[in-house]
Amino acid sequence: MTRDQIRQVILDILAKIAPDEDLSNLKDDVPFSEQMELDSMDFLDIVMELRKGYRIQIPEEDYQHLTTMESTVTYLEPLLKDVESPAKPAG
Amino acid sequence: MPKDFLKGVRDRYDVVVIGSGLAGLTAANTLARAGYSVLLLEHHYQLGGMATWFKRRHGHIFDISLHGFPYGMVKSCRKYWTQEIADSIVQLKGIRFENPQFSLWTTFNREDFTRILTERFGIPRETVVAFFDAARRMNFYDDQHTTTREFFEQFFPGRDDVVRLLMEPITYANGSSLEDPAITYGIVFSNFMSKGVFTFRGGTDQLIRLMRAEMERNGVEIRIRSLVERIEVDAQRRVRAVWANGRRIACRAVVSNANLKQTILELVGEQHLDRDFVDETRAVRLNSSSCQVYIALKPGDGFDYVGDLLFHSEHRGFDFDAMLSRNISSRTFSFYYPDIRPGSDRYLIVSSTNARYEDWAHLSPEEYRRSKQDLIDTTLDCLEQYVPDIRRRADHVEASTPCTFQRYTRHWRGASFGTKFEGLKVSKELPQQVPGLFHAGSVGIIMSGWLGAVNYGVIVANEVDKYLTPAPVRV
Ligand SMILES: Cc1cc2nc3c(=O)[nH]c(=O)nc-3n(C[C@H](O)[C@H](O)[C@H](O)COP(=O)(O)OP(=O)(O)OC[C@H]3O[C@@H](n4cnc5c(N)ncnc54)[C@H](O)[C@@H]3O)c2cc1C
Repeated sequence: MTRDQIRQVILDILAKIAPDEDLSNLKDDVPFSEQMELDSMDFLDIVMELRKGYRIQIPEEDYQHLTTMESTVTYLEPLLKDVESPAKPAG
Repeated sequence: MPKDFLKGVRDRYDVVVIGSGLAGLTAANTLARAGYSVLLLEHHYQLGGMATWFKRRHGHIFDISLHGFPYGMVKSCRKYWTQEIADSIVQLKGIRFENPQFSLWTTFNREDFTRILTERFGIPRETVVAFFDAARRMNFYDDQHTTTREFFEQFFPGRDDVVRLLMEPITYANGSSLEDPAITYGIVFSNFMSKGVFTFRGGTDQLIRLMRAEMERNGVEIRIRSLVERIEVDAQRRVRAVWANGRRIACRAVVSNANLKQTILELVGEQHLDRDFVDETRAVRLNSSSCQVYIALKPGDGFDYVGDLLFHSEHRGFDFDAMLSRNISSRTFSFYYPDIRPGSDRYLIVSSTNARYEDWAHLSPEEYRRSKQDLIDTTLDCLEQYVPDIRRRADHVEASTPCTFQRYTRHWRGASFGTKFEGLKVSKELPQQVPGLFHAGSVGIIMSGWLGAVNYGVIVANEVDKYLTPAPVRV
């Protein structure tokens, strides 16, 4: 996956976790937690979704990399480089 | 031949969940959604554990633990259950305190408590802000040595009345005392203060019905009246199977929602564990238990709104031991109006008190019966001031004790809220002792209550998923 595709994967997960948030203006270099209400359970959800969708294991000590969109994509890039981007749902 | 409650159950599952409390249910649902085959076994004839209800003649339905939970349940139910479940959660706005020190109504959120603390109790606004901020900042990784008593003393020295306002509801909610770590107080209190106290419209029976339907949609195999007697481990201590109703069911992982100490000491057995771990488990203190009195008015009769949740006490000051004593001076009344179960016309009252198992466990049958009757009588006497003529108007009255809670949920000593703080560490470390065995259930004070149990179910499901997901091949 490319950086853009990874970004989209994260956006889709965030939209699922926080359906009431407007994510269109999300700034990539500002921590998620400063732009939306995310608690520790939400971060757990991100980790679980990534494991479910792409079988990537993120150890607890790496959660710190999931602070901003930019740092998250950078962290995931090597892990997802050989993974196909998810097919866009039809319609 | 007795009925086979395990009829149709396969010989092997990815995961067996022992117990259907809210943590067990949520772990089962989360793992089934993640694609695992899941078998849920509950010894009782009803799902829910402490999140339960019972029906009596004339159609009365009593809820046991539906007195109120924090707003966080809305989000957790939406994410880990269904939108429909989340949409049934509604606020309880009338929280009342009646005691020798003060008499007040509140919505039990930060804004209203700030008003009360500054206007009624004369605390400077900066102190109140600092207190709320300090409580909200607390998390599991913080200093665990400061006690709740010391925490209050920092902000409100010598203010027994303020301590009562801040502590009494939390003691009722999870059995914690001033000697428990301040972080357990800060986390639970802040959860409530974010938006107030909430309940489930439709009642506990409706919640559990909806949860069951969702689990079935996700493919969880559910069996009631199925007592797990043993968790089988191999020579490497890995989980192999559970034994339930005398039958072996193989599995790759087990989530035990049974009491932490029983899971380790009875279901696994200490011969399979490190000596130190066994000692640490033994040293975990169980939380206190409860007594309740259930009162239903005659069909057609009702009372004016007197609040939803009422913390009543005749005791001077906050006194944890007095709250546990059989010589009851403090009670929490939950008033249920017909709108809790849309379509119903019933008014019910549940009175709850914290209680000690040993005060009830060793009575002769005759003493036990008399003590229960005394509990009912004193409760009705007390209730008279809020609902006049209650004795004549009551259609059904009965009581439960720590022995009742022990019988239905199998928790040792009828522990209502799991274990004290140290239980959380043991619960988290269990999979290191026995690979494949996970505990999810009320522990450590912060993981108890409806919200704590649901969230802990998810946290543990995540650990199970990690354990069962083979590491990816890295090139
Ligand atoms: C009187 C009272 C009032 C409460 N009020 C509130 C409230 O207003 N708000 C709130 O948030 N919380 C409240 N609580 C606390 C809350 O109900 C509990 O913390 C929560 O429901 C516990 O869930 P749990 O997952 O830990 O499991 P539990 O509810 O303890 O369930 C464990 C389950 O495991 C089953 N089990 C045990 N051993 C076995 C075995 N060997 N085989 C098969 N099954 C087994 C039991 O039968 C039980 O169903 C209250 C508790 C009590 C007692």
